[in-house]
Amino acid sequence: MSGPRSPSIVLVDDHELFRSGVRAELEGRVEILGEAGSVEEAVGLILERKPDVVLLDVHMSGGGGAEVIRGVSARRPGQRFLALSVSDAAEDVIAVVRAGARGYVTKSISGEDLAAAIGRVDEGDAVFSPRLAGFVLDAFAGEIPEDQIDPELDLLTMREREVLRLIARGYLYKEVALKLSISTKTVEAHVSAVLRKLQLSNRHELSRWAVERRLID
Amino acid sequence: MTEPLPDSDATGADRRLRRDPEHGVVAGVLSGLAARMDADPLLVRIAFVVLVVLTGGLALAAYALGWAALPGRPEAPLSSGPVAGAGPDGGRRRGRLALGVGLLTLAVLLSFRELGLWWSDALAWPLVLAASGAALLWRQSAVSDPVAEEIGAEDRPDGRRSGQRRIYVGAFGIALVLGAALLFLSANDALGAARDAAITVVVVALALTLILAPFLWRLGRNLAAERAERIRTQERAEVAAHLHDSVLQTLTLIQKRTDEPEEIAALARRQERELRAWLVGDSGPAGDGFAGALTQAAEAVEDAQRVSVDVVIVGDCSLDDRGAAVVGAAREAMTNAAKFAGSPISLYAEVGERGIETYIRDRGAGFDSAGVPAGRQGLRESIIGRMERHGGSAEINSTDSGTEIQLRIGGQG
Repeated sequence: MSGPRSPSIVLVDDHELFRSGVRAELEGRVEILGEAGSVEEAVGLILERKPDVVLLDVHMSGGGGAEVIRGVSARRPGQRFLALSVSDAAEDVIAVVRAGARGYVTKSISGEDLAAAIGRVDEGDAVFSPRLAGFVLDAFAGEIPEDQIDPELDLLTMREREVLRLIARGYLYKEVALKLSISTKTVEAHVSAVLRKLQLSNRHELSRWAVERRLID
Repeated sequence: MTEPLPDSDATGADRRLRRDPEHGVVAGVLSGLAARMDADPLLVRIAFVVLVVLTGGLALAAYALGWAALPGRPEAPLSSGPVAGAGPDGGRRRGRLALGVGLLTLAVLLSFRELGLWWSDALAWPLVLAASGAALLWRQSAVSDPVAEEIGAEDRPDGRRSGQRRIYVGAFGIALVLGAALLFLSANDALGAARDAAITVVVVALALTLILAPFLWRLGRNLAAERAERIRTQERAEVAAHLHDSVLQTLTLIQKRTDEPEEIAALARRQERELRAWLVGDSGPAGDGFAGALTQAAEAVEDAQRVSVDVVIVGDCSLDDRGAAVVGAAREAMTNAAKFAGSPISLYAEVGERGIETYIRDRGAGFDSAGVPAGRQGLRESIIGRMERHGGSAEINSTDSGTEIQLRIGGQG
């Protein structure tokens, strides 16, 4: 999945123990350019080392992953981020994706899958875990007033819904492609489109929903 | 406004007019009244002060009457019972005492007057007031015996509040006595001379305040900081206790079982779930609906079968028969998947207008659903049968890269 060359990454997480765990798992699969344990350190390091992908913890003291993305994006707009979190709170996940992360995976992911996800983000695609797919389906389920709908951003197409459902059911991209008789590339295109909608939609539900969800979770 | 209102809450079981010393400032007459009228106590208090001014103080007498006549909240006797006057009922006792002493004084004075042993009517009210105030203060100082107070404060979580109330009552007593003194002085035209003295006292007091203000302010801030620190320490102790009871215990267990990886994974999973629930707050209302029940079923399977189930649920609804049937069938499907395929198992459920759709997917070697092996007989009865009995359907797709069981059931009605 990681293509002909292995992508370079910077690892951002405020837990040393966790960083060393991830480093061990990714050894040989990707090129690790550096690690940072705080928001400021991370922003400086990313701007200096210019990695292909930043592996980013959602929860960090001093603002969290979204803050790192904001700090970097202004000066390095093309930087790609993959969020990595133990948090399943929709609020956190949606916040970091809307800030600009190109995907979200849970920390329990295997080293192999993580490397694959990094490769996918490196190629410009989006990485949706089943849980993120579920969040998005939930978030886009609510009705909103007709006159406020921007069909380009506020609604998911039938196909996109189908793809998300299959991802939520635990299908890998290539299995989704097989099931829907489309190419893996098309699946990736759908997922990227959903990611764009998630980031740009003005659906006020997205934030409201995330807050409500937090109450329930 | 006086007819009994329908019982609307826990305390509404008894809607008679009562004092509410727990929330009162002096004796809780007004807050009791406010509770009875479902009004904001603050408004009632303001109205009362206005009334006092308008009636030239007569309303105060009504207050005293209310204090003496109205029962306090019906409450279980406090464990610190012997500490007279410290509990909610103590306020009432104090009030009765003050009123009684006042009335007694009045009676004595009236008797003297009848007997001709009398020099001025101007003395009567000041004496009555002073006697009441003094009685209150005496009672107060008797109660603030430090040992008794400590017992009282330790036993009751609202110890601080009752301390505050005690201060208010004390201030009330002092005000009574001072008022009596002023009344007496003004009745005897002695205030002219007293005014000069009073001005001196006020000026000195002001000067002292100016001098001491920074010190007092600092003292107050230190006290506040100390309290905040105490609360922090308490919270830390609580967190430590929780971590000790949960995480540390689990870690100990894990160390003992280093040769049983499945057991360790199960322990870690359960601990993670528990800690997560604790961090988010009490598991909350999620447990009530379909989503909550399905999540719990998945957790039960995780625990019993030592597997991990990836749960994704979109939407939620209340748990009716159909929902319960889906949960039951899903639990059976997950158990099967755990037994025959192992981790990871994906559980996806979507609640929408079309009803509930649930998918349980494993990554085992798959099986031929036509020739169901004997061990999988549960599939027929517990999954397919159960869904069909409730008007739903179950479908099984098995390939060599895994099995997916799909459960469908229509929407309500």
